Amino acid sequence: MARIIAGVASSHVPAIGAAIDNHRTEEPYWQRVFSGFEKSKEWMAKTKPDVCIGVYNDHASAFSVEIVPTFALGCAAEFPPADEGWGPRPVPVVKGHPQLAAHIAQSVILDEFDLTVVNKMEVDHGLTVPLNLLFGSPQEWPCPIIPLAVNVVLYPPPTGHRCFMLGRAIRKAVESYPEDLRVVVFGTGGMSHQISGPRAGLINSKFDKAFLDNLTKDPKKLTRMPHVEYMREAGAEGVEMVMWLVMRGALDDRIEEVYRFYTVPASNTAVGHIILENRPRAASRRTAAPKASKRVAARKAKTPTRRAAARAKLTMIRGR
Amino acid sequence: MAREQHDYNDIPGTFVFDQERSRQGYGINMFCMSLMKEENRKAFKADEAEYLKKFKLTPEQTEAILKRDYNRMLELGGNIYFTAKLGATDGHSFQHLAAVMTGSTQDDYAKMMLGGGRSVEGNRSKSGKVLAAKPARRAKPSKPAKPAKPARAAKPKAKTPSKARSKRG
Repeated sequence: MARIIAGVASSHVPAIGAAIDNHRTEEPYWQRVFSGFEKSKEWMAKTKPDVCIGVYNDHASAFSVEIVPTFALGCAAEFPPADEGWGPRPVPVVKGHPQLAAHIAQSVILDEFDLTVVNKMEVDHGLTVPLNLLFGSPQEWPCPIIPLAVNVVLYPPPTGHRCFMLGRAIRKAVESYPEDLRVVVFGTGGMSHQISGPRAGLINSKFDKAFLDNLTKDPKKLTRMPHVEYMREAGAEGVEMVMWLVMRGALDDRIEEVYRFYTVPASNTAVGHIILENRPRAASRRTAAPKASKRVAARKAKTPTRRAAARAKLTMIRGR
Repeated sequence: MAREQHDYNDIPGTFVFDQERSRQGYGINMFCMSLMKEENRKAFKADEAEYLKKFKLTPEQTEAILKRDYNRMLELGGNIYFTAKLGATDGHSFQHLAAVMTGSTQDDYAKMMLGGGRSVEGNRSKSGKVLAAKPARRAKPSKPAKPAKPARAAKPKAKTPSKARSKRG
């Protein structure tokens, strides 16, 4: 059975990609940004997922205003880097996982998420910059990546709640896939930034930090936040943080925050990054059971379930 | 026809690219999209007004494009990810465009960003109805009177879970 083991969220600022492509990562300005991802790369190298699902948005690269799908799942075998006006980024072609993607599409559409299936798509910095931040700049990306493009350019984007619930549906889909695959979900974009109009340059670190805190501890609270609040507090383009909620929805309720990084600015944007791990399910059951029934176990050799252990413990206490 | 009333119309200095603007600005955005091709960039640069005739644009939209009035383009239905392609065609960086839209020099704009960006305090609402963030989020009780500090001066949250390693830039 496939399983989602962790979620990663990261800003996808295009200037970060430009700094990588133009070999400027050692400059003090950029060092401040990249140093925050050193530990993340180590984590990723250790975690070695079999597949990643990359939740990102397209920036007038693959989708113009002609067609604007709210959720578009990349089901192709390959997704070449898009030419964003300066030639395609010199990054590897993103290789998809068509079988798992098809399985996800089949499952989530029947779960009432009417997403668009895309069999030909170029991917822009929205997807490839976070890949660089977590995988570095290899010749080939180390695993297949399924892109999931979310419209956050044309208002209204899907609500935070909808994104979260799609994450849930994706989790269900992944867990019903027969092959043993360890899957990591990326949520990208954000954090606070406004790049349009006279209010451009807006940054709200207080909002961002509260968002990171709630992403770990109380994501349901975030799912109730209306778009106007994102736009007012975190900038017109800050609303793209709803994409992080797809990632969060795909994780279990209780997770471990493994790492977090925040810095201002990268170009026009606050950079936020977080790594959240699901607790290993089977293992936690195995370790929890003997703990709960420690004393009982000493008397009674066999304690098949936690509930039985608790019952036995109760009987023991009452009997005393 | 006047624009419909929306809650986000109250956000100052912001043109939300909504369905109405998308309908209105289709020509602007398709024009900008055409600049992804080198031959189109050349044709546009050779005779801008003539090139623009290929697209369904109102006289106001054509004027905004010719004058490189980026805020007006947004107001008339352009979207920033599209209009940025016009900026790139002119050889400008994104920060240059941002500076133009905010009415400052690129230097001043870059300095503002390095200093933690534009504060949200005083920039939430045109009507003044929204002065501070709603207490709905887990923010420490904030005193609206207190001026917001630039991002990098902010202290790390003590509330961060102990297991989480909080690293700052």
